[in-house]
Amino acid sequence: MSALREKVIFEYSRPGRGSRDQWPEEVAHGAKIPENLKRRSTPRLPEVSELDAVRHFTRLSQLNFSIDTHFYPLGSCTMKYNPKACNEYAMLPEFRARHPLAPASHGQGFLACMFELQEMLKEVTGMQGVSLTPMAGAQGEFAGVAMIRAYHRARGDMARTEIIVPEAAHGTNPATAMMCGCTVREIRVGPDGDIDIAALQGCVGPQTAGIMLTNPSTLGIFERRIEEVARVVHAAGGLLYYDGANLNAILGKVRPGDMGFDAIHMNLHKTFSTPHGGGGPGAGAVGVSARLLPFLPIPVVGRDAERYRWLAEADLPQSIGRLSAFMGNAGVLLRAYIYMRMLGRTGMSEVGDYATLNANYLLARLTQAGFDAAYPKRRASHEFIITLKREAREFDVNAMDFAKRLLDHGFHAPTTYFPLIVPECLLIEPTETESREVLDAFADAMIHIEREAREEPEYVKGAPHTLPVRRLDDVRAAKQLDLTWTPKEGA
Amino acid sequence: MAFIPHTAADVAEMLARIGVKSIDELFDEIPASLRVRSLAGVPPAMNEQQIGRLMSERARSDGRPLCFIGAGAYEHHIPSAVWAVTTRGEFYSAYTPYQAEASQGTLQLVYEYQTMIASLTGMEVANASLYDGASALAEACLMAVRANRKSKSQRILMPRTVHPHYRRVTVATAGNQALRFEELPYSQAEGRTLPAALARYDGEDVSALVIQQPNFFGVLEDVDALSAWARERGIFVIAVVNPTSLALLKAPGEWDAGGADIVVGEGQPLGVPLSSGGPYFGFMATRMAHVRQMPGRIVGRTVDASGREGFTLTLQAREQHIRRARATSNICTNQGLLVTAATIYMSIMGPQGLSRVAAASHARTTELVGALARVPGVRGVFSAAYFHEAVLGLDRPVAPVLQRLADRGILAGFDLAEHYPELGHALLVCATETKTSADIERYAAALAEVMKAARAA
Repeated sequence: MSALREKVIFEYSRPGRGSRDQWPEEVAHGAKIPENLKRRSTPRLPEVSELDAVRHFTRLSQLNFSIDTHFYPLGSCTMKYNPKACNEYAMLPEFRARHPLAPASHGQGFLACMFELQEMLKEVTGMQGVSLTPMAGAQGEFAGVAMIRAYHRARGDMARTEIIVPEAAHGTNPATAMMCGCTVREIRVGPDGDIDIAALQGCVGPQTAGIMLTNPSTLGIFERRIEEVARVVHAAGGLLYYDGANLNAILGKVRPGDMGFDAIHMNLHKTFSTPHGGGGPGAGAVGVSARLLPFLPIPVVGRDAERYRWLAEADLPQSIGRLSAFMGNAGVLLRAYIYMRMLGRTGMSEVGDYATLNANYLLARLTQAGFDAAYPKRRASHEFIITLKREAREFDVNAMDFAKRLLDHGFHAPTTYFPLIVPECLLIEPTETESREVLDAFADAMIHIEREAREEPEYVKGAPHTLPVRRLDDVRAAKQLDLTWTPKEGA
Repeated sequence: MAFIPHTAADVAEMLARIGVKSIDELFDEIPASLRVRSLAGVPPAMNEQQIGRLMSERARSDGRPLCFIGAGAYEHHIPSAVWAVTTRGEFYSAYTPYQAEASQGTLQLVYEYQTMIASLTGMEVANASLYDGASALAEACLMAVRANRKSKSQRILMPRTVHPHYRRVTVATAGNQALRFEELPYSQAEGRTLPAALARYDGEDVSALVIQQPNFFGVLEDVDALSAWARERGIFVIAVVNPTSLALLKAPGEWDAGGADIVVGEGQPLGVPLSSGGPYFGFMATRMAHVRQMPGRIVGRTVDASGREGFTLTLQAREQHIRRARATSNICTNQGLLVTAATIYMSIMGPQGLSRVAAASHARTTELVGALARVPGVRGVFSAAYFHEAVLGLDRPVAPVLQRLADRGILAGFDLAEHYPELGHALLVCATETKTSADIERYAAALAEVMKAARAA
């Protein structure tokens, strides 16, 4: 990989080249575009042959780490194997070509998959209703908080506009609350990693719309007093929102609905293994308890007798509305459906079993080698936190340096510096699809880097050494903005 | 099938290393009362052969009708190379490029994409994508309110000719932040927004005017007049555009009096299959002056520790993982893989190819409207020029006609009854470069028969 670099596509461009075989034939019918509405400039798109394009983008792909090529223990992101069958069968010609506004008579096959997906998600989460439309986790969060607000409003309880989030929450939680027009109140986490119940009791009241929680939490541990949290919040008139980022840990083991949550989102691109695609697409289906059923975002799939159809405004007049032009990331949902059918009933709990086994094994290997767990007295869920506070102090080599050096060893870095409340942290999530040998190799690399940090700290701080680029100047990137390509002067 | 590699020996040794007797012991912090007893509602597992068969049967039952529906999603030819390269595991199974050194492929591709979108829209910068065209419009409205410091009103003018679902998504998304949307009427003769509709807002405090070009009816708005009116009053112009049309139509950056401030749209026509509505991607472009108010990821070119060029995510201080409750948006995961496909599509088509696609789609729609308007009981509705969609009026309710044509394997358009009852029995049709004269004749002949049978009944 080290020698590979690739110029930008525009540098291959030659006037008059182009992939002419892909152009449609010219059609004789007269154009009727008024002159004053016609484009005057030629857009800067490259003029390259099809082979130029294929070679360029294939080479670019080779500059990436990915699950298919590397262990990718990125905490909170659940980078598990994305089975090839899911893509193959979601891309069958009929599914690919189906127009979103095609009538239900030409979509019973697709709609059956969506209906069954809704049903399976209800079952594994213990919720009473599901809408598949949110297009990513953050949009699912938006739908959840918007439903909570709509619920309070529908009861005439207009004062409930405050959302409580733990200080260790994902950044999307407070950002979502803001987008829903709520204010945010952060609460402490106790020294054992669980929510401080006294602090919670002190901040709930008639202004409380709800609380947003991840369980297992972003600290990689199960919130043991969750039933008490639910009692406190419900007693105060608030609702509970479940951030499904960590659902992989508890799949088939415990359900958000049984824990007392009223609204949840699921990251289908995490738990149900649809591809992350270099930054999406995701799918953030939401589930609700009975009291939020009328507010689900539309459309959802319904069944009359043996026919499936979309339920929209007329069927759900209290809905928070539409979140996408059509029905969300349908093709992602198909992939999740295929994956869930392959897992089946027993596969669901195997996911939770082996994701947890792998995390606890890797945690054991690392702590036995001298690394410090952030919560050494707690069981790991599907992920865990190592804090490099001591290494940073003793060798002046920090978590970012470890992360970058891991890249040289052929491992994608764990999540660094999140959650914000643990200093010098690495959040490590191996997932169930990795073998013991891979986990051992990763642990050995960490041990090796620790030794390097002691003996040769400057080398670790200069990592990576073997990738297409060395550490990038982020300050310059933000100050001297270069966001689009232009030809060099004189060229 | 859970894709688990462990042997029994692995499990035994791993449990011993952890110091527990069983996997179940690892869940001992979960209160026993909460543990799941069964998942009876999930069917038993299927292997790949079984699921392949089931999916193929379901796909076959959906069929491959001849499709003349547009209304925000368009069937175009997609070169095989686009998805062959996009689904390479290195793109398909990578994550958001937080570790820049291990993600130069995705980062450089996004930088190339930003260049193409900025140029196509006539803007200076573009972000790395939003979820879809509708959610991109919602984000643009929120951004306009933040960025337009001349206005304190949070008031947005929204023409009724904007895609009805986009309008609903915008209200559902931005309504919680107290934005107010005022609907602008359109001319029922021309099918477009008349500058006269703006007169009543003269002298009032307005944050932004939305202009969709071509509008939901496929009709071309008088963008210069609308844009000039807004800019002369310090009102932001938010353009909603079809990217294919931009090969032919004036870029929003070229609209009168300085052009649009924010440009958004649905990226699906650029190499993304229809697939029942998603995943697609929303694009957003703007002027450099507003870049710090833009939501979503942005890639910049910089140098590494040895002074060599490289790419990285930049301006992250706008985003939720840094700014939390004060971020420009809560968006995190976006639509990276679709941007990959679109960038490859735009590279293969090039400026001339895209221009050919736009011209052929326009010509086929002209041909389609001509053929259908000759059918007794069918007429054109609007007088203004259109791009690749048009509204037809029928002399009877549209829904039963559409269902009879669907029974013959033709999806004949989108019924406007729900969203535009004022137009009577109106139908929105679309043809792209994928339709041949034979397809158009087949549609016209079937429509003539269905209309005739309906009259006889």
